[in-house]
Amino acid sequence: MAERVPTVPITIDGVEMEATAGETVLQCARRHGVDIPSLCFLEGLSPVGGCRLCVVEVAEDLRLRPACATTVTSDMEVTTQSSRLRSYRRSILELLFAEGNHVCAVCVSNGACELQDVAVRCGMDHVRYELQAPRRVDASHPRYVFDPNRCILCPRCVPGVCDEIEGAHVWDVAHRGHGAELVTDLHRPWGESTSCTWCGKCVASCPTGALSHQGSSVGEMRHTPDMIAWLVAARRREWTEREARR
Amino acid sequence: MTRPRLATVWLGGCSGCHMSLLGTDEWLFEAGCGRRPGVQPDRGREGVPARRRRVPGGGAVANEDNLEFARAWCANVRRSSCRSVTARCRTAMTAMRNPLGDPEGILRRVYVDAPDRDAQVPHAPGIVPLLLAQVRPLHQVIDVDAFVPGCPAPAGRIREAIEALLAGRRPPTTGESIRFG
Repeated sequence: MAERVPTVPITIDGVEMEATAGETVLQCARRHGVDIPSLCFLEGLSPVGGCRLCVVEVAEDLRLRPACATTVTSDMEVTTQSSRLRSYRRSILELLFAEGNHVCAVCVSNGACELQDVAVRCGMDHVRYELQAPRRVDASHPRYVFDPNRCILCPRCVPGVCDEIEGAHVWDVAHRGHGAELVTDLHRPWGESTSCTWCGKCVASCPTGALSHQGSSVGEMRHTPDMIAWLVAARRREWTEREARR
Repeated sequence: MTRPRLATVWLGGCSGCHMSLLGTDEWLFEAGCGRRPGVQPDRGREGVPARRRRVPGGGAVANEDNLEFARAWCANVRRSSCRSVTARCRTAMTAMRNPLGDPEGILRRVYVDAPDRDAQVPHAPGIVPLLLAQVRPLHQVIDVDAFVPGCPAPAGRIREAIEALLAGRRPPTTGESIRFG
């Protein structure tokens, strides 16, 4: 007999639903078909709460909570859409666009970019902020290219795939605030990195065109972030154990 | 019924937006917009849109001429002789020139370092407009009524926006109509 998973009642946007104990608000919402935009969250990785796009309002709490890093509690009342949330999300998106050099028309990920998709979903039609100066592209790796101008510092690659899944911890965030940027091997060119295993999981999980394959031209890059959840499940031997139980 | 009047403005840009506008083909004429369209590139500063026109503007504000033109255009809107302003080509121009640094350095590289002969930075006050230190999107210089994102915006999207303006509505601000790229 299958083990019964404990559930807790939760209300999202006025709709009562059953959440699995221990899951996050984002996971519960998505399981029930409620759309909450996010960029840094990736199924299979520990939540970081870095992009703040998934912020939601929780009743009797003045602070906004990142849905990806907030565990459901019994009788929690969550609001995912309000004028305040839409305003914050749009401001966050515009800041992301202003900080980098997100010229979709000449980007390797044009047409297959999570940032581009989220901008459409959040109704962003222009950027109100001053566009910032660019950073130097690192194309020193024989197989991959890192364009920090398209990086949104989510950072799926830093604590996520490279450290948590691959165990190499090539990537890090250097500096703070406006000067923050991704670096490899304590700020050496990626091509000189001795810790990089060339596995490509950082490229697969990148939500924008920041990480791409060498030689990719405009609109040619196709990331495969779903592969990460698949890989995590495989490493936990969830499939083989499931097969064995049959 | 008054025939709709349409003018376009071409600021600092590659003209891709105008190519897209021409991509609407016979629709421009069917909608009655194309018999005497006021197109700025052919008419220079004399072509500042006036007289109750809907004006899609493409490109960014890259030089002093663009800036002066945009301000004159905006003044016409304030006097209500020109109906609405629509911006296209949001960031492409700003994001492609600004990273290259100061205008003097760019001009030196293009006109002095690169050519094999006749190396000189063009200097003709009143004829060749001076480059601004930073290229700025149009909405940072004048008020803009609506945005049509895209680089260039596809012909269908431009047509959709103009149809909305002709009907007295705002162009779509949701869904695929505002997709960048």
